[in-house]
Amino acid sequence: MTNSIDNKALYAYLLRLADSSLTMGQRLAEWCGHGPYLEEDVALTNVSLDMIGHANIFYQMAAELSDEAQTADELAFLRDAHQYRNPIITELPKGDFAFTMMKQYFMDTFNFFLYEGLSQSSHEPLALAAQKALMEVKYHLKRSETWLERLSLSTEEASKRIQKALDDLWFYTPELFETDATMNKLFQQGVIGDYGELKKKWDSHVQAHMNHCELNLPETGWVATGGLEGEHSEHLGYMLAEMQFLQRAYPNSQW
Amino acid sequence: MTVTDQADNCFSKKEILSILSTVKDPEIPVISIQDLGILQNVDVSGQTVRVDIIPTYSGCPAMHTIKTDIKQALGQHGVVDMEVRLLDQPIWTTDMISPKGRAAMQAYGIAPPLSINEKKISCPQCDSTHTTCISEFGSTACKALYRCESCLEPFDYFKCHA
Repeated sequence: MTNSIDNKALYAYLLRLADSSLTMGQRLAEWCGHGPYLEEDVALTNVSLDMIGHANIFYQMAAELSDEAQTADELAFLRDAHQYRNPIITELPKGDFAFTMMKQYFMDTFNFFLYEGLSQSSHEPLALAAQKALMEVKYHLKRSETWLERLSLSTEEASKRIQKALDDLWFYTPELFETDATMNKLFQQGVIGDYGELKKKWDSHVQAHMNHCELNLPETGWVATGGLEGEHSEHLGYMLAEMQFLQRAYPNSQW
Repeated sequence: MTVTDQADNCFSKKEILSILSTVKDPEIPVISIQDLGILQNVDVSGQTVRVDIIPTYSGCPAMHTIKTDIKQALGQHGVVDMEVRLLDQPIWTTDMISPKGRAAMQAYGIAPPLSINEKKISCPQCDSTHTTCISEFGSTACKALYRCESCLEPFDYFKCHA
């Protein structure tokens, strides 16, 4: 089965997974020392660590498929914004705590169903990575789900902020489910699951939790798109400039 | 192994395992890598020793330290030719922690893992089940932070990972 998989398509898809995890991990890491209280500060950076761990695994898999003898580090630190394939939502500045938790909730729910599907992948290394990531994502989701509940059903200030976060982020979520020709190829080969199904599961799970939290989904707004083709918001460039600085200024330096 | 046992500087698998039992998890220094369940295989072939380990969490920063610690422990006992590999399977779960490891954890003040939806985590100090989760993520990603409402001590709970 492995031989029939389109390596170029798989490489591109692995970059989408890795770039999404890395940008999320980097944004969460920005909370280090800025969390609302100590335990939460530790939690935010622990989730960040998991995300960067996932990114590392996917970059390594991508590097093995690459024709150009790339390393995982090169993929993370030496590609520019237009080569990143993450959806725009993961690169957005961290905002306030409500914004971060709403973004986290959307992504945790997405990752939960995504990795659940990828656990069945016909490409064994990907299935193994997804099975492992899924165990960690369960805890991420449990935490962000609880925070949404806590913030939306508590003080007026908290519920105002979490509703605003929902309004600001909602139309960034359709992009998560976008597919392209290469992904369709992988779907046919059993490497990835059906993104249509993924969207259905995500929608019903999120809708139910929003109702439970008494939050209102916004009706209209600008719908984000472009990450899959390397078209990003201006935020990614700034983020990469900071994240990649050391490797660009001192090429090949190591810890 | 009969051939290799004759040469100088050759080790039996048993000797290597005994050396490795001194390598502890850097974040829970009372539990060995074997009791934590991350030590998967030990191969001794002539003077060459190969050790296979698996990661606990995908992003666990301790893996690098553990690899170095294994090499250091073997090196101190005269092993020169060694390889430590990080495997991607089997996937580590908290079920791989040995009963000895769980007991060591408990004695060290970390409540050992139960199941993911377990509500009654008991305090490792006073055994009370009247405890509250303060944060799902404690001092490391693998632990949650709890407080005992009976003796009022905060404690780490090693989360179930299965």
